Amino acid sequence: MITQSAAAMSDALAKGEVTSTELTQAHLDRIGDVDSAVKAFLHVDAEGALAQAARVDADRSSGKKLHPLAGIPLALKDVLTQDGIPTTAGSKILQGWKPQYDSTVVSKIKDAGIVILGKTNMDEFAMGSSTENSAYGPTFNPWDLARTPGGSSGGSAAAVSAYEAPLAIGSDTGGSIRQPAALTGIVGVRPTYGAVSRYGLIAYSSSLDQAGPFGRTVLDTALLHDVMAGHDPKDATSINGTFPDVVAAARKCDVKGMKIGVIKQLQGEGYQSGVQARFDESLQVLASLGAQIVEVDCPSFEYALAAYYLIAPSECSSNLARFDAMRYGLRVGDSDGASAESVMNATRNAGFGHEVKRRIILGTYALSSGYYDAYYGSAQKIRTLIIQDYAKAFAQADVLVSPTAPTTAFKIGEKSDDPIAMYLGDVATIPVNLAGICGMSLPAGLADEDNLPVGFQIMAPAMEDARLYQVGSALEAALVSQWGGHLISKAPALGGSK
Amino acid sequence: MSSLSRDDVAKLAALARIEMSEEELVSLASQFGMILDAVARVQEVDLDGVAPTSHPQPIRNVFREDVVHPSLTPTQALSGAPAQEEQRFRVPQILGEAE
Repeated sequence: MITQSAAAMSDALAKGEVTSTELTQAHLDRIGDVDSAVKAFLHVDAEGALAQAARVDADRSSGKKLHPLAGIPLALKDVLTQDGIPTTAGSKILQGWKPQYDSTVVSKIKDAGIVILGKTNMDEFAMGSSTENSAYGPTFNPWDLARTPGGSSGGSAAAVSAYEAPLAIGSDTGGSIRQPAALTGIVGVRPTYGAVSRYGLIAYSSSLDQAGPFGRTVLDTALLHDVMAGHDPKDATSINGTFPDVVAAARKCDVKGMKIGVIKQLQGEGYQSGVQARFDESLQVLASLGAQIVEVDCPSFEYALAAYYLIAPSECSSNLARFDAMRYGLRVGDSDGASAESVMNATRNAGFGHEVKRRIILGTYALSSGYYDAYYGSAQKIRTLIIQDYAKAFAQADVLVSPTAPTTAFKIGEKSDDPIAMYLGDVATIPVNLAGICGMSLPAGLADEDNLPVGFQIMAPAMEDARLYQVGSALEAALVSQWGGHLISKAPALGGSK
Repeated sequence: MSSLSRDDVAKLAALARIEMSEEELVSLASQFGMILDAVARVQEVDLDGVAPTSHPQPIRNVFREDVVHPSLTPTQALSGAPAQEEQRFRVPQILGEAE
């Protein structure tokens, strides 16, 4: 049961073949079996999950009309607040904190009757690409436990990949949904900026952050996306408009006549050969399905990584000022006569990890007088050029594509002492965030050299999220029929009962 | 090759209200040159006449009617406080009143 898609689970629930309580218990059992090895979860809320499942079961037997995902379990990245449930953002500075309110995303998934199993591990404050920066230890990739699942939403991706949950929610500031989806062989989507409310999403870089869905299939991901998206008066950047029907698009499986643009700058040199090979094959598949493949030029993408590592740290240096040891979270050094400033200094030193400090310092530098124009100001102008490059490219193509990440999953510890090498892993995902558009990663096969999953990235203009699902579903259907099953079914068994 | 000294990092850390250990200051200073070189690539491009983008979408002020909504009780609001006193957040001294 737990290896099925959320859509299949939904059918089984509707037909009465299984109850949500049984389904939830099966996932809690799976977590009990494998999570000591995978470490996807920071907190499992068995009691709350079973209570929600029982409510959905009661509603169903009383004939109430339910959302298609009602009763389906989900794993939630620990960056979103959930009333009364410990929320840490992977940081020591929030250890033990229990929010007094639900984020809008959590309200929406609760209203749909979705069952929240627990909170998943992440790079501290979503700063990282491997989940190794969590204050609570790393998450391990279910495909090879010696490797990282990517990050920062590595816990959510690993939970879905290891059948601990059919669905999960992550957040994507520079690729933190798409890159871990690629590295764990599942589907992940970063929606258009402003499509999903940021109310209750602990901020890293406010102009780039966006929560989004993970699933093992394109349709499952669309079903969750549909629940999450929508206007929210509590988020001033929330789009007030008509949202595309992503579920209908995920059922289309048709790319005939569509123009698909391959971004010249996001392939070739620096991309692992097996990654490039699976990407090229997927392009051939799309062409054989009737899509027209064109090459597009985005010269300013060469500077996207540099611009991102100025803009995101600058915004984070401001956002993380709220962790001041006064109203919630950790407080250190509050002895008789200690000043507020010394308590702040000591708390922020004890509570923040190394990467968070590095980014706060870099952001403080980039925003300081005398350097502002040269660093932050230039980065903001590069951002304009990237938006212009996308506009030109989307005039020639309906969607743009690239490999999601330049490599497959890397070993734990391999890049943790080399920030530049780690940052380079985000090279293909970052432009989407800088432009505020949407992107999907879906499995493109296994790299020959290491038998690890490769991600295929699809990008579409703002509020055209449906195009991701239309192209993604067509490619997925063709690849799954070629492979004789979803890629995830080729993952080695983790022990425990499947 | 950019570089930042241990003292430069200490000054930034003080601005950011982080009391770093000597070891961390030295290690961060040693990595900073490399990171600054990487991000300084934004200066290689001719940006004359290019407008900066601070946000991917146009931002407008959002207004609502000034009506009272249910909000947190004092107990809820203080539930995460590191220290509290008389229904207030208790904070360490802010001015030098003890001197």
